[in-house]
Amino acid sequence: MELTLWTYEGPPHIGAMRIATSMKKLHYVLHAPQGDTYADLLFTMIERRGSRPPVTYTTFQARDLGGDTAELVKGHLKEAVDRFNPEALLVGESCTAELIQDQPGSLAKGMGFNIPIVSLELPAYSKKENWGGSETFYQIVRNLLKDHSEESKQSWQEEKRRPRVNLLGPTLLGFRCRDDILEIQKLLGQHGIDINVVAPLGASPADIIRIPDADVNVCLYPEIAESTCIWLERNLNIPFTTTVPLGVGATQDFLRELHEVLGMEIPQSVNESNNSKLTWYSNSVDSNYLTGKRVFIFGDGTHALAAARIANEELGFKVVGLGTYSREMARKVRPAAKALGLEALITNDYLEVEEAIKETSPELVLGTQMERHSAKRLGIPCAVISTPMHVQDVPARYSPQMGWEGANVIFDDWVHPLMMGLEEHLIGMFKHDFEFVDGHQSHLGHLGGKGNQNVNQEVKTKISSDSTTSTAEPIWTNEGERELSKIPFFVRGKVRRNTENYARQAGCREINEETLYDAKAHYKA
Amino acid sequence: MSGATLLKESGPREVFCGLTSIVWLHRRMPDAFFLVVGSRTCAHLIQSAAGVMIFAEPRFGTAILEERDLAGLADAHDELNRVVKNLLSRRPEIKTLFLVGSCPSEVIKIDLSRVAENLNIELKGQVTVLNYSGSGIETTFTQGEDGALKALIPLMPTSDQKKLLLVGTLANAVEDRLTSIFNRLGIENVESFPPRQSTELPSIGPETKVLLTQPYLTDTARELKNKGAEIIEAPFPLGVTGSTLWIQAAANSFGIEKSLVDSILNPLISRAKQALAPHVEKLSGKKLFLLPESQLEIPLARFLSNECGMEIIEIGTPYLNRDLMKAEIDLLPPDCRIVEGQHVEKQLDRVRDSSPDLVVCGMGLANPLEAEGISTKWSIEMVFSPIHGIDQASDLAELFSRPLRRHDILNPKTFTSN
Repeated sequence: MELTLWTYEGPPHIGAMRIATSMKKLHYVLHAPQGDTYADLLFTMIERRGSRPPVTYTTFQARDLGGDTAELVKGHLKEAVDRFNPEALLVGESCTAELIQDQPGSLAKGMGFNIPIVSLELPAYSKKENWGGSETFYQIVRNLLKDHSEESKQSWQEEKRRPRVNLLGPTLLGFRCRDDILEIQKLLGQHGIDINVVAPLGASPADIIRIPDADVNVCLYPEIAESTCIWLERNLNIPFTTTVPLGVGATQDFLRELHEVLGMEIPQSVNESNNSKLTWYSNSVDSNYLTGKRVFIFGDGTHALAAARIANEELGFKVVGLGTYSREMARKVRPAAKALGLEALITNDYLEVEEAIKETSPELVLGTQMERHSAKRLGIPCAVISTPMHVQDVPARYSPQMGWEGANVIFDDWVHPLMMGLEEHLIGMFKHDFEFVDGHQSHLGHLGGKGNQNVNQEVKTKISSDSTTSTAEPIWTNEGERELSKIPFFVRGKVRRNTENYARQAGCREINEETLYDAKAHYKA
Repeated sequence: MSGATLLKESGPREVFCGLTSIVWLHRRMPDAFFLVVGSRTCAHLIQSAAGVMIFAEPRFGTAILEERDLAGLADAHDELNRVVKNLLSRRPEIKTLFLVGSCPSEVIKIDLSRVAENLNIELKGQVTVLNYSGSGIETTFTQGEDGALKALIPLMPTSDQKKLLLVGTLANAVEDRLTSIFNRLGIENVESFPPRQSTELPSIGPETKVLLTQPYLTDTARELKNKGAEIIEAPFPLGVTGSTLWIQAAANSFGIEKSLVDSILNPLISRAKQALAPHVEKLSGKKLFLLPESQLEIPLARFLSNECGMEIIEIGTPYLNRDLMKAEIDLLPPDCRIVEGQHVEKQLDRVRDSSPDLVVCGMGLANPLEAEGISTKWSIEMVFSPIHGIDQASDLAELFSRPLRRHDILNPKTFTSN
């Protein structure tokens, strides 16, 4: 049993719903009690979908449990097929139905429907949403392609046509999937590569059956599509790309990888620096101030990994924390963190993430909506880079994360919460002027003067408790406090802690101006 | 009963479960914590319905069952014990802890009352541990509050004091307002249940007269009656008429002169009617379809038809308690169609066939209906907004006139001036 106040991922059948709702002409009969129908609002409210998810909930009640719930399930199955006339039927159960073991999938298969039935087994007490999504997509593809005969397939060169690829992994409630697909389609079009099928988002079962017509699969979101891509490679000989085109470098790598797998020559244009404005903007003089900005990164595996690379290589930030809530991606995130001299934070506990943020005193947090709230409480600017989805993550405007335009969007989204370079420079110059209110920030995400007040309050309580309590704790002199107040507020907490640690180690009773400098030198060394 | 047609329907439902009540109960009693014993689905439901992220540490959470908890119940009880102690050591401000049963905990038969009993012995009164079920196999949406209140009743002290007890969660401001009106009528001793602090439970006894503020408190009303209290029969305090009848019923029961009641209520009534007028103009003659969810559907339909002139196509209700709803149903226009239970697909077919001007429905259905050009109102808003009482009648009407007004602003071509 695990105490959970908030969770990054829903249960696995929500993952299945994301696949079902992303697709067309598919229906999902979910053996579940009435409360589980809340899931519809994730799609109709967060994604603002104008249609209901294609899901029939059996909504069994306590009084049904004494009777024949199997008959109830069969009634719903029949009604759903009659009413919605889908090309394929998904059948599964949520956590409660798993306990009563009606096996709705087997029931459905025995009912003589003349459409493919995909039976889902998603262990609700051990797995989560992304796993459920991945498993569902895999089962759909496997079931619909199980009779596919591998007749002698010819390459695009032999057939004298343009190469074509599938884009696999985008779903509803996935981060900016809607716009990423458009961006990648545009990008591949520029390189003479056609799109065969995009799935699950927008695909019908008939489209899934066309998947083998492609030369290569592009695995855009490994959380959802990796297991499917592996299966397609093993069984139908379709290779897949593994680079996720998030950021300028990764987009270049992705194009190189794709050209290579397709047997195409890599065009010189891939390496040009003006594909995305991110490169020049990052090189422009105003961006100098971004150098070494401390950034804390947490999200799903794919976006956290990409963010670390972009932050480190393309924006010149210093990554001071990297983690994911996605245990399936821990294997990839751990070495990436290690390469940055960090230990990856793998957790589903948002309070642990908040603690880690406090501990590392970043100047920017790149996280989920939950980290946005944590960062707000801590007075640190934040940009959202990953699911779980919030209505704000489905903007009206075109706003991809992938490809060249995605890199532009990322530059703006990450840099705007920070103070602008020239502004920061001016504030640095004038901060001793009487007009200047410390902590005043002109940009989003800051608490402004308020954040500073909190720090001041913290200072006052600290002083008063120091003056009355134990003598073992080092005491801040007025001079020391004055010097501390000159340090930017967002690192002040850390400097205070470090200096106190140093003073304790060094046996100082008092912390004055010099102690601060001693501590600074100590920790820099 | 009036000429209302009562029908029953079964099939796929689209209704929240009783766990959702936690969303307003935790705000009413800030010293209480609601711990759902359930699955990741339960946790996800509550956070999706409640917008949990705005809380640094919310006063509700889920003890998520894992594979190994399903294997042995004894262990599950020990596990829950451990989780509770962990929680209490981190949150010393908690005075009352509700263990809330869910679908999975009911199906595997975790005995929450036994866990609560053992914890109460161990904690020696520092924290009171209670339990109830908010499971979707037994309860819908607002019924969760019924369960939580019922669980508190055994803790209520007994007294012979004559008092009026308002039962059901109200917005604090509305509660104050209603109390002050009763005070003016000469009913001095007015208390509320649930209280604003879980530890400050009102006393109860044969001289307690209970006035229900909400229509979904079946079990609570029965238990209070068993404790000797008298349940005052009245419609619910929604709209001018409902609220007036509701206040009058209490006044009658306390033997207060009719002339005094009239002299106090009449100015409020005429002022409220004035405020209601612009909304009536907007709503009058418009067709309304209420899908089942909050259990407030019948009183709302009564208000919107009798006082705002709306034409009722259908009133859906998750379940129908004929005793509690009698006074409401009597006030409904003749031939009103009430459907208990739901077959969501067939009901939506009827919605489309009847081309209503406004549909009251759950959050999952609202945007799909809007996309079809049908204006909607979320039923969940009724349980969050201060809508009870004479003074609130126009605010209540505004909740329904606003979507129509908005529709007219955004669709000037279809605007029919009259």
